[in-house]
Amino acid sequence: MTELKTPSSEMVNPELAQIEVEGHERSDILMKGALAAGAIFGLGAISPFVRNAVGKADMGDVEILNYALTLEYLESAFYKEAKTKVKGSSDLMELINTLSTDEDAHVTALTDTIKKLGGKPVKAPKVAFPYTDAASFVKLATTIEDTGVSAYNGVAPEIKSKEVLAAAGSIVQVEARHAAAMGLQNGTSPAPDAFDPTLTQDEVLKAVQPFLVS
Amino acid sequence: MPEVKDREDETAIEKVKNGSVSRRGLLSAAGGTVALGAFLAACGGDDDSSSSSSSSTGSTGSSGSSMGEDDSTAMFGEGDLGILNYALTLEYLETAFYEDVVKSGLFKGSDLETIKLFGSQEADHVIALTDAVKQAGGKPAPKPKTEFPLNNAKQVLKLASTVENLGAAAYLGQAPRIKSPEVLAAALSIHSVEGRHAAALNTLLGKTIVPDGPFAKPAEAGMVLNAVQPFIVD
Repeated sequence: MTELKTPSSEMVNPELAQIEVEGHERSDILMKGALAAGAIFGLGAISPFVRNAVGKADMGDVEILNYALTLEYLESAFYKEAKTKVKGSSDLMELINTLSTDEDAHVTALTDTIKKLGGKPVKAPKVAFPYTDAASFVKLATTIEDTGVSAYNGVAPEIKSKEVLAAAGSIVQVEARHAAAMGLQNGTSPAPDAFDPTLTQDEVLKAVQPFLVS
Repeated sequence: MPEVKDREDETAIEKVKNGSVSRRGLLSAAGGTVALGAFLAACGGDDDSSSSSSSSTGSTGSSGSSMGEDDSTAMFGEGDLGILNYALTLEYLETAFYEDVVKSGLFKGSDLETIKLFGSQEADHVIALTDAVKQAGGKPAPKPKTEFPLNNAKQVLKLASTVENLGAAAYLGQAPRIKSPEVLAAALSIHSVEGRHAAALNTLLGKTIVPDGPFAKPAEAGMVLNAVQPFIVD
């Protein structure tokens, strides 16, 4: 990967050119701003985080919030059902309660924010989750929470409003906490990577498709 | 929070909030014993707080959310560079802390593995942030000299939990201030990992994984730096 030698050499780094070619309006504006300010960062160290983070053309904030809301609806339904369906340890049941409370609050907050911005909140999707016991539930929960973290981190750089970004950041940290706790229940690492990976919207929707019932 | 009229009567917490504590002042302000919980309470996010005192150096003890108005990373550099160096400083602290903890011999088994893992991840954060600063043509912040109280396993876990929860809040506090989408993406990829660390440590302590509830609270740089000052030695 070519690394920048001087901050003002705009076109030295091919990754930057590639991002501009993908034609994301807001990202372009930010890119140009960043380039103009000389604040160019060689992507060698951090390109994994950028690659997916600027992967979707110009979603407005309302669209992004509705994307997040869809995922939160999914998680909310997942934990609501788990409260009665899962037979687990008292620690696990307590964790399910906590996560259920959190996801419900996320649904409410995102819905309210979308309405405040003059948008129309999407409806809750019909969902079904394929687990049979506490162990398979925990495994699925870990995957779902990890996916949520990657989804939020992936889309966040496209958010225009600082307030919406702050809200998204506030939520994703909680999803990461969820993911860690479920990871511990799952017997896997609470922090599988030093840097949480991102997913594009397409990748996320593909990942959750199995749970959406038409 | 009302203005404190008489500085001499300030408690340690009030001194931190007012930003009137100098580097070594914190220890004497707290009567020689540093209760980190108290400092965190000061940072914690009294969201309605309207009091702030900004000195000409830009350091403030104010809490609450200000969208991009907090400039207390300016001491580390301008704009995104300053934010990266601020983050780097915190990561240096966390890395050093975990190294000391491993050396202390206070932990074994899976707890020790967790501590080693988190320490190696903080070390990775140091590398990435150092690279990012260099690539931006900036000078990476120096590694501070640190000293952490390591008395027994329980106290150390509590301190670890405090530091990680604070670190996560610190990143969250900076996110809306970051201009470059790549720097933001990098910061977020680290921010969520600090959240994971915090939750894991809280689990080990039998505490809630979400001390702030469904929405994590941001912390401003001034307060974070005040809170970690006790661990930085000359």
